[in-house]
This record gives sequence, C-alpha cells and structure tokens, in this order.
Amino acid sequence: MEYFLELLLGGLTRGSIYALIALGYTMVYGIIGLINFAHGEIYMIGAFTALIIASVLTILGFNHLSILVLASLVAVIYSAAYGFTVEKVAYKPLRSAPRLSPLISAIGMSIFLQNYVLLAQTSDFMPFPNLIPDFDFMEPYAHVIGSSELVILLTTAAVMMLLTVLIKFTKIGKAMRATAQDKSMAMLVGVNIDRVISVTFIIGSSLAAIGGILVASHIGQINFYIGFLAGIKAFTAAVLGGIGSIPGAVLGGIVLGCTESFATGYVSSDYEDVFAFTLLVLILIFRPAGILGRSTTEKV
Amino acid sequence: MSLLNVTNLTMDFGGLRALDNINITVHENEIVAIIGPNGAGKTTFFNCITGMYTPTSGDILVNGTGGKTHRINGLKPNKVTEKGLARTFQNIRLFPDMTVLENVMIGKHCRTKASVIGAVFRGSETVQEEYEIVESSYELLRKVGLENSVNNLAKNLAYGEQRRLEIARALATEPVLLLLDEPAAGMNPHETKELDELIVRIRDEENIAILLIEHDMKLVMSLSDKIVVMDYGKQIAQGTPTEIQNNPEVIKAYLGEDFA
Amino acid sequence: MKLLTSFKKSFLVSIWFMFLTFPIMVIRVNPIEEIIEWRWWNMLLVGGCSFVLSLLGRYFLEKKELMAKRVADSGVIATTFKKRLFEQRAFAVPILIIISFAAIIFPFIFSTYQTSIMTTALIYVVLGLGLNIVVGLAGLLDLGYVAFYAVGAYSYALLNYHFGMGFWAVLPIGAGLGAVFGLLLGFPVLRLRGDYLAIVTLGFGEIIRLILENWNDFSQGPSGIANISRPSLFGTQLGLEANTVYLYFIMIGFMIFTIFVVNRLQNSRIGRAWIALREDEIACQAMGIDKTRTKLNAFALGATWAGMMGVVFAAKTTFINPASFTFLESAIILSIVVMGGMGSIVGVIVAAFILILLPEYLRAFSDYRMLLFGCIMVVMMVFRPQGIISNVRRTYRYGNNKGQDINHRETEEV
Ligand SMILES: Nc1ncnc2c1ncn2[C@@H]1O[C@H](COP(=O)(O)OP(=O)(O)O)[C@@H](O)[C@H]1O
Ligand SMILES: [Mg+2]
Repeated sequence: MEYFLELLLGGLTRGSIYALIALGYTMVYGIIGLINFAHGEIYMIGAFTALIIASVLTILGFNHLSILVLASLVAVIYSAAYGFTVEKVAYKPLRSAPRLSPLISAIGMSIFLQNYVLLAQTSDFMPFPNLIPDFDFMEPYAHVIGSSELVILLTTAAVMMLLTVLIKFTKIGKAMRATAQDKSMAMLVGVNIDRVISVTFIIGSSLAAIGGILVASHIGQINFYIGFLAGIKAFTAAVLGGIGSIPGAVLGGIVLGCTESFATGYVSSDYEDVFAFTLLVLILIFRPAGILGRSTTEKV
Repeated sequence: MSLLNVTNLTMDFGGLRALDNINITVHENEIVAIIGPNGAGKTTFFNCITGMYTPTSGDILVNGTGGKTHRINGLKPNKVTEKGLARTFQNIRLFPDMTVLENVMIGKHCRTKASVIGAVFRGSETVQEEYEIVESSYELLRKVGLENSVNNLAKNLAYGEQRRLEIARALATEPVLLLLDEPAAGMNPHETKELDELIVRIRDEENIAILLIEHDMKLVMSLSDKIVVMDYGKQIAQGTPTEIQNNPEVIKAYLGEDFA
Repeated sequence: MKLLTSFKKSFLVSIWFMFLTFPIMVIRVNPIEEIIEWRWWNMLLVGGCSFVLSLLGRYFLEKKELMAKRVADSGVIATTFKKRLFEQRAFAVPILIIISFAAIIFPFIFSTYQTSIMTTALIYVVLGLGLNIVVGLAGLLDLGYVAFYAVGAYSYALLNYHFGMGFWAVLPIGAGLGAVFGLLLGFPVLRLRGDYLAIVTLGFGEIIRLILENWNDFSQGPSGIANISRPSLFGTQLGLEANTVYLYFIMIGFMIFTIFVVNRLQNSRIGRAWIALREDEIACQAMGIDKTRTKLNAFALGATWAGMMGVVFAAKTTFINPASFTFLESAIILSIVVMGGMGSIVGVIVAAFILILLPEYLRAFSDYRMLLFGCIMVVMMVFRPQGIISNVRRTYRYGNNKGQDINHRETEEV
C-alpha cells in the first residue's frame, strides 16, 4: 500500500510537470495549429538559465530565498523571450505556407537551440543546486513524498488556477479563445492576431520554464538534451488529453505521469521511455482526438 | 434509366441536421440543378454522395460503370469515383504545383493500371498507356478550351480557367454522372455563357448526366431539365424550370417575402 | 530613407539578441571551483552577426515577395542557367561525362580515407533520395526514417554474426525487411493527419532504438555488434584498402540505380499520384486515387532504400550500435531533402554532398554541424521552401504525332 502511494505521488509529480509543458503545446496548437517542436528546448533553456543565474548568485554569496526567487524570475523572463523570438523568426513568416513547412522549421529550431546550448555551455551534465529547501514539517512523510515533490504539486496547482483565471476572465484570454475558435472571425471583430499569438507563446514558454526549474531542482542535474524527451512526453500528454484543450493537457499529463510511474514500479524500469512512446503511438492511431477532444468531420 | 437514386438521405453534424430526408433521382442524359440559399446543405449533399461524408441515414444507389446497381453509402471517395461519379469543388481544389496537363492526367489514374514495377521497367504496355493518357488528357483540355495552357502550372491560371480545368479533370475519370458545385461562381457573363455551352456539349457529346449546384438563375433556368430547391436542409420543391418559377413557396424561400 | 529604417530595425534586433543570448553565451560557471567566466566577446559577436543577418533577412524576404509578385503577374519564369542545364542535352551531356570520369578516377588519385568519406556521402545521397520519395514526392513527413536504416543494418549484423551470411545475400533481405517494417508501420499510421504522422513516426523510430538498446539478448544492447564482414568480390575477401575502393564503386552503382528508379517513378502514374496527394489529399481521393494504398507504396518504397543502405552501412563500418540510429540521424537526412528542394533529384544530390562533405573537410565546421543543420531547416523554410534547386515540372509532347515515337523531354536527367 505504501509502495502504491509512493508510486502514485511520484506519478502525480511527474504528471504535473508534463502538464506544465503540455500546456504550451496545447495552447499554441489551439491557436495556430502547429506542433511547436522547439517547445521542449524552451523548457531546457529555462532550466539552464535558472542554473546559470543561481550559480552566479551562489558564488556572489546571496541567501537561499533570494536565489530561488531571482533565478526563477530571470529564467521565466528569458524563456518567455525565447518563445517570443522563436515564433517571430521561425513561424511567423510561414503562416500562409503549406502545413508541413512550419513543422520542419520547428524541428530545425529545436535542433538549433539544442546545439546552441551545447556549444555555448557544455555537453556534460551540470549539477543543479537544490533550490527547494527541505521542510521540517515534512519529515514524518519523507518516505512517501519529499519536500520538492510537495512544492511541485502545489506550484503546478497554483499556476493552473492562475492560467484558468487568465483565460476565462481577462481580455487577452477572451481574445485567445476567440482566435482558437475561428481565426478569421476573430480578426474581423478586431482581435490583434499577432499579439494573441505572441502572448500565447510567452505564456506557454513561461510555464515550460517553471516546469524546467522544478524538475531540474528535483532531479539535480541537467544537460542540453533534456528538452527532447520531456518535449515528446509533454506532447504525448497534450494529445492524450485532447490537443487544443487546456484541462485536457492537465489530465493527459497526470495520466501519463501515473502510467509511467506504475509501469516502471510494477513492470520494468528498462523500458520506461518505451511506455510513453508506445502510449503516444497508440493514442494517435486509435483515438487521435484524445480523452477530452471531440472528433469532427473535416469540412470539404 | 435512372443513374442516381437518392432516397431519404439525412446528415447530422452533432446537433445540426444539415440534410433532412432528401430524395433526388437523376436519369441518363439529364441536367438537374440544385438551388437554394447559402447554408442550405447543397454542398453537404454532394459530399454525402461522393463519399466525403458518411450520411446518417438513407440510401444512395448508383447505376454506374458496368451497368450494375451499387449502394454507395459510406464508400470511400475513390471507390465512388470508380463507380462513375465525378465532381468539382465549390472552393477550387486543383493540384497547384502540377501542370495543367498533369492535373488532367491524375483524373485518368483510376482508369489505368501501371504499377511501381511497370513504372520502373517501362515496358511497351506502360509506354502505350502513358501515351494514351497524355493524348486523351490533351483532348479533354481542348474540349474545355485550355489547349493553350497545357504546360502552365495550374496555380497560374485565371479563375475561370481553373474552374474549367476542374471540369476537365473530373471528365478524365470517365464518369456517367458529373457533379458541378457552383461552376459559374466568380465568372463574368461571357465566361458563364461559354460554360453554359460547355455543359450542354458534355451532355450531348459524351452522354454524361449532370447534377449542378448554381446560383446564377439565368444559367439554371436555361440548362436544367429538372430543378431541386433546398432550404435549411430540406427539399422544398422539385420540378421543371417553369414549375419552379411559379412555385409560391420557392419564391418565398428563395427570393424573400417581398416577391411572394 | 528606407535603408535608414531597416538599419534602425536591424540595430534594435541586434540589441534584442544580445540581451537574449546574454546568460547562455556570456556567462559560464564552473560550479565546482566556483569560477565565473564572463565572455563579453561573445556578446559583441552575437550583436554583430544578428545585425548583419537581420539586414540580409530583410533584404531576402523583400526579394522573395517581389519575385512571387512578378511570377504571378507574368505567369512565366525566365529561362535561367539552371533550366538550361536540365533541359538542353548539348549542355548536360558534357557535364555528365566530366562528372562520371571524375567519379571513376576518384578512388585512384585520393587516399583511402578520402574514398571512405566519399562513400559515406554517397550513402547519404541514396538515403536522401529514398526519403525524398516519402517526404518530397508524397508529402509524408517521416521523422523515423532512421528506424528502417537500423532494421537494415541490424539484419546484416545479426545474420552475419549468427549464420555467417554474406553482404550480397543479406542485401535483398535487408531491403525486404525495410519494406516489411515500412508496411507494418504505415498500415496503422497513414490515416493520420500530416503533423500527427510526423510525431508517430518519430515515436516509432525511438521505440526501435530503445528496443535495440535494452534487449541485450537480441541486439547485444548498447555495446553493439562488432566484426561484421565486409562485402566479398566473387567469393574472395579483399584487403582493407581494396575493399574501401570496392565499397565506393558499389555505392556509385547504388546511386545510379536509385536515380534511375526514382526518376522513372516520379514521371509515372504512381509518381504523379504521390505528388497529387502531397498537393491536395481530398481532391486526390475525389479523382479516384486510393489514398491509403498510394501512401503505403511511397512509405514502403522509401523504407526499402533505408533498409538497403543499412546493410551497406553495417558492411562499411563493420561495427554498429544503437547510437548510430538516433533521431538526429533522421534529422540530417531530412535536412538533405529539405535543402535539396522537396522532390528534386539533383537538389537532393547536391545537398547531400554539401551537408556531409563540408563538415568533413572544414574541420572548423564539424562542431557546428548540427547547429548548421537546424539553421538550414529554418532558413530554407522561411526564404526558399522550394530548396536550392526547385523541381521543374515535366512537360509532355502531345497532339498529332501518333504511335510509339513520342519523345518525352525529361526535365531532370542526371
Ligand atoms: N464538416 C462539417 N461539420 C459541421 N458542419 C458542417 C460541415 N459541413 C457543412 N456543415 C454545415 O452544414 C450546413 C450546410 O452547409 P453547405 O452544405 O456548405 O451549404 P451550401 O453549400 O448549401 O451553401 C451549414 O450550416 C454548414 O455550417
Ligand atoms: Mg456550397
């Protein structure tokens, strides 16, 4: 029972990170119908920026809390800036191009960003400082859930709520929903599409950065390649929940996280990633609309 | 003999009933027009009988190539085309980066049979088949008046020419029934007149029946043997042009209350 | 005036990029020795480069729009050098002769090392041409192409290891297994929309690699399989040097064979159906083309080539492990196709030589190889989606000449 609980909480932790990244995929897909292949790299850049800032601040002798706050803030800002720039450089000029062109451009961007970090920094794994302190009150439960897992769960929940409020109630949120439903109609009623797309990329990238910081601090090391696998898994989560749907991304993340956790816990850990990929292939083949998505007839 | 026999055809999109109990019959050598306001479900009707959508209920029977009767509900579009139905699209769907001739050659695909092996070895049979494809495609282009643009890319054609190319491409599939979705949309009066003649010629020379959706009343009235009127997915009238012109319900639905 | 504004804009762009790349380009921390390295030169470099690139980008985008407008206005494209090259026999034949002669004497005037590099480049040419069938002609974005390459390589390695089977015996088996895997994957996934297809093939490629990595009893895991036999010539094993030359000529033969097949295919009934499918799936089906079957054809055929090249690769390196078959390998082959101009045979060949040989000969480049590939994909899509050599559609003769003597003019002859 305790083992089960441990696996469940591990799955939830994993799942909420997938959900954070999956939101970026889903929001971008909802608005411009593009699988933003470079999204995983934005997450990696978020983690790297946090690592660099945190290390500099540590060496300069800042205290723990200010390092956590500053490093996270800078990382989120930078990831948002990268997301924004990637859209402007690689996707915006291709808005009226055939469907596969922006996807190829996105793959190129992803490879470019990976190698950019590889060349500018290092190809080795870098130790990531543990930014999340160990809480004393968590001591009795340490065998099922650690402090950083708790922080991950709480942060994710808070971020989700904030996002929901933003999308439901603010003006830009409404514009985003309108654009997702019908781009040309939204344009007609005066929505600035370029701005909506930029904001979508900025929000998605910020969420990915938060995910990046949480994971890196939880696992304790990062390299330039972490975005690839995380990206694919988060995309799986987004598709699992129904791509384009925000609650779907969260649900998909949790389902994927738990599946992985139980499969590695009860079956075998050798094939951890094979489970995720197999799940991805199976959903896309048998239920491409996902759990919460509806299948529609393409209009001819 | 009837070529197409549609009975009680119904199509739902979620909660929306786009087609409600449609019954249409098209006989050999007939030109039948479907008219109705935008959103009436005319294109949806085409999509149902050509296999693009699977209708919710009803029967679609075709006496096509080979003289046998087939029920074609839910058949894939390419199978429907093989049975002898060919169509054009309301929003032109050519292959933009292929030449005009190649566009028509694609239409010949389902009537020819060269395989991968044949293509690589290019035996005399394949060469002969290719030769026939090129020649008959060119012949069709002459028929629709595009013989001067054979090697241009389809995307560089003028709008009216693109519509005619779509017709040539559909004819290349050797249909018994040709379905035209708003063929005169965006054409000037002169082009429309040419189209009128072309449609009559196709019917008379090739013995192909025609089912067309059109908004240009002058064209519809002069061409059609029979007119079907649709509104909100329902079939509200059917008859000869004169009957339709004098039908008060049609006038009300189609031209608005003022004319009634 | 216009120049001034574009200078101003480019200046702002360069400021933005200096800001953007600041933490990653400028700061490097050594957390163990607690040293911070500030690399301010990098900032200047980024600033300068992004200024120039932004100016160039602006210029090219403008030019692209202008070109598009001009073509749309006139409907014809002026005869270029390129067109003359491909359409006029008098022009193409001497060039062909020179190239063939150079290809034949190459291994005898250059070292074994050079010959070996050239063989690698030829393998990529053929892989590019194979993937070109799938991506370029049929428009199916296959991101797991390397899986079929792995299937070919492992089938040779394993059959050689367990049963001592030779290169020529396994070659058709590798090709066949490639095709079988292509069909196996293609059957369920080809109903998917384009971008989903891309992701599923990527997932499939990774699954194959992970299985090879973890299933030790079958594939010997990450340590791979060594001592794979080199190809024999009429039953005799050659020395290392002679064998390199031998493989080089085998690959030359393969390349000619592939060009021949692909060229014939793309101007056939099947090839036209692939291109039509790429252009508009719905119209294609309405014209009576069986979508699934046509896609499956392309997919399996592409996989066949990957399978064959896998066998050659295993025979060339005599050692394979799963690390040779990562997603990046698929990405390299894809960038060859993209850069070559989807669907153009000559383009793919030129692109393969540039992308594979450049990093080999310019050592300085080799670190930046993948960076360059990523860059090429983005830049090509934004500025020149038709590739370095765009595919000119074939024209046909028609009309009065009866009988068999229709003389087709090939637009792409090599
Ligand atoms: N694939 C689809 N999904 C949902 N609704 C559809 C689809 N295709 C058509 N419709 C709806 O069916 C109705 C009829 O459309 P259509 O057949 O295009 O009309 P018409 O061609 O007569 O102008 C419209 O309300 C349209 O929105
Ligand atoms: Mg319509």
